[in-house]
Amino acid sequence: MTEPSHPGSHVVRRKAARRKLLAVASGGGHWIQLLRIGPAFQDCDVTFVTTHESYRSQVAGYRFLTVTDSNLSTKLRLLKTAFEVASIIVTERPEIVASTGAAPGYFALLLGHLFGAKTIWLDSIANVDRLSVSGRRIGRYADLWLTQWPDLAKAGGPYYVGSVL
Amino acid sequence: MIFVTVGTQGPFDRLIRAVDEWAGVRGRSDIFAQIGPSDFCPRHIRSAPFVGADEFKKHVEVANLIIAHAGMGSIIVALELGKRIVVMPRRADLGEHRNDHQIATARRLSENGRILSAMDRQELHERLDDLQNPTTSERLNSETSSDLIRAIRTFIEAKNIRSDDKGCRPDSPGRMHRAAHQPASDASRTVKPS
Repeated sequence: MTEPSHPGSHVVRRKAARRKLLAVASGGGHWIQLLRIGPAFQDCDVTFVTTHESYRSQVAGYRFLTVTDSNLSTKLRLLKTAFEVASIIVTERPEIVASTGAAPGYFALLLGHLFGAKTIWLDSIANVDRLSVSGRRIGRYADLWLTQWPDLAKAGGPYYVGSVL
Repeated sequence: MIFVTVGTQGPFDRLIRAVDEWAGVRGRSDIFAQIGPSDFCPRHIRSAPFVGADEFKKHVEVANLIIAHAGMGSIIVALELGKRIVVMPRRADLGEHRNDHQIATARRLSENGRILSAMDRQELHERLDDLQNPTTSERLNSETSSDLIRAIRTFIEAKNIRSDDKGCRPDSPGRMHRAAHQPASDASRTVKPS
């Protein structure tokens, strides 16, 4: 992911004021899918937030932060993740928050929304029969709420416009 | 060369055992597996709990077949590099994942032929026997659906839109659907500045 074809590498650093975008994803497939929508962020000042320090080199040249990994079966850690995400939102004050899931992205959109950011949720392509738990719950806070499967799209959202594959 | 990966969600010994057995029976000594934090010690394949992202990519590059859990990270990386991939989904009832979404993912993505899937050890062995001389898979375009990228970018570029302004929502889901098949001008109309 470090060669020039990497989505993130398309982002040209310009001096002009660019919109601050926080791009958030858990590890594994969520992160890979976030990278695949990277070209959409090319005019933004992007800060990546994920759960694995080892991903840093994949987005070399960008601001990169990590938070605790957690999910519904690790409630205490969920709280920790929420606090870490909150502190990032407060410090970074992004204008846009985008996520491909899961728990850290949910918190980032929720808190980003509270702080006035525009929010984008792209539910993982892994969720083929129904939206993820975070994906369902984030709907009311997502200004752009997307699924990657046409048959999961509904009036009022989530919407389908394409997938990362 | 075959690369096996269970991803970052913990061990998946059912998969590793199945591959290890097959490697023993078929005398394959060219298999490397990323097995997660597992106590299981494969007898016929080399393994490591985790590999870094760059190393992961190198393993996929040199392999001519990937065997994985049905995680999107593994699937997307394999397809991006044009490799055949066989997945075995993790099952919630065996404590392999929190839910059964991997079964649905594997079923759906194998229906359109992009990946192969095996539900259990037996099926996996059959798939692997069929693939002893795997051909390369069609390489996934290095870029995501341009309609998706365009829709997100258009949304980002639009000024001051929040869902409570109502301006950013597409008029109807049908419109968003159509955006996927129509040129930029239409996709851009799905997101309007208020």
